[in-house]
Amino acid sequence: MINLKHPFNLWLFLFAVWLMLSGHYTPLLLTLGLLSTLLVVFIAARAELIDQEMQVVLIKPGVLLYWFWLAGEIVKANIDVCRRILDPRLPISPRMIRVRATQQTELGRVTYANSITLVPGTVTVSVEGDMFTVHALTRETAEDLKGGELDRRVQDVEQRF
Amino acid sequence: MYSIATILILVAIAVGLVRAFRGPTLFDRVMAGNMIGTLTVLLVAVLGFMNGRPEFLDIALVYVLISFVSTIAVLRVYVSRHGDPDSD
Amino acid sequence: MLDMLLDILSWILLLGGALFLLTGAIGVLRFPDFYSRLHAVSVCDTLGAGMVLLGLMLQGGLTLVTVKLMLIFYFMVFSGPTAVHALAEAAQVSGLDPVEDDPEDG
Repeated sequence: MINLKHPFNLWLFLFAVWLMLSGHYTPLLLTLGLLSTLLVVFIAARAELIDQEMQVVLIKPGVLLYWFWLAGEIVKANIDVCRRILDPRLPISPRMIRVRATQQTELGRVTYANSITLVPGTVTVSVEGDMFTVHALTRETAEDLKGGELDRRVQDVEQRF
Repeated sequence: MYSIATILILVAIAVGLVRAFRGPTLFDRVMAGNMIGTLTVLLVAVLGFMNGRPEFLDIALVYVLISFVSTIAVLRVYVSRHGDPDSD
Repeated sequence: MLDMLLDILSWILLLGGALFLLTGAIGVLRFPDFYSRLHAVSVCDTLGAGMVLLGLMLQGGLTLVTVKLMLIFYFMVFSGPTAVHALAEAAQVSGLDPVEDDPEDG
């Protein structure tokens, strides 16, 4: 993780993003970009927004592997949900379930909750401490989530952030 | 081909609008608005490619962020009106 | 040859993605209650958007255009679930009850 707590690091990051998005590199535009990123850092500092939560999660091989695995799960779940939308004979059986998150850090829990929501068929409704209330579209998606594979994988990837 | 994708997305937006008008709850309408926002972003991106003007992507990029903020803002207003201190 | 193959692949992704978007929209119209409809929105946000953007990326090639498309995808992947979760939580706080098939305490 890169810490953006220092204003200079934040500015460097913002200016890099600006350079990437701009695509025009004339002196005038570069000066304007410099000024606008400095202004953003100034405003963020005045609003006391520069704190611990500002950090960049680097893409490491382990994390990337998790993303690819999640993408595969998302594709499978999408096809299942789409079939249930288009074919009236396939029933849905919505239900609310509660699952426990076993992640240690806040970032890990956020990753878990967002991953649950990202996979169609399950939506995180509320979070109280480490208990999540999840709405599942069918019995199968609910059973899948309770099986805890996603939880285990997030816990695994959490160590590598 | 771009035009077929454009037409499909426009039809999807129309279907989303039907849900937004029907409701029945406020949340259904906000949800439909959120979905239409996503579809609009993709529509702008595809249109940019169709006209050979990829600068449209800058608009799409800004629209993603605005659509997200507007969804959250509507929900914040709703929750603060109905005064729930827990759900910050 | 490779160019044509990439072209065809990008058309398939673009049209397939648009079809998924339409399916998601139909789901939003067809599903019986608010919480089920959220799942249909997820379909739009993830696979539909992902496939359309990937198709456009193949058309863009290795340019700044592709970087911007990746950024759009990145923002969608992070803001989509957050918006859906905010919707679900606000609905639950306001007392909207889900339709449940066979409720369990689990």
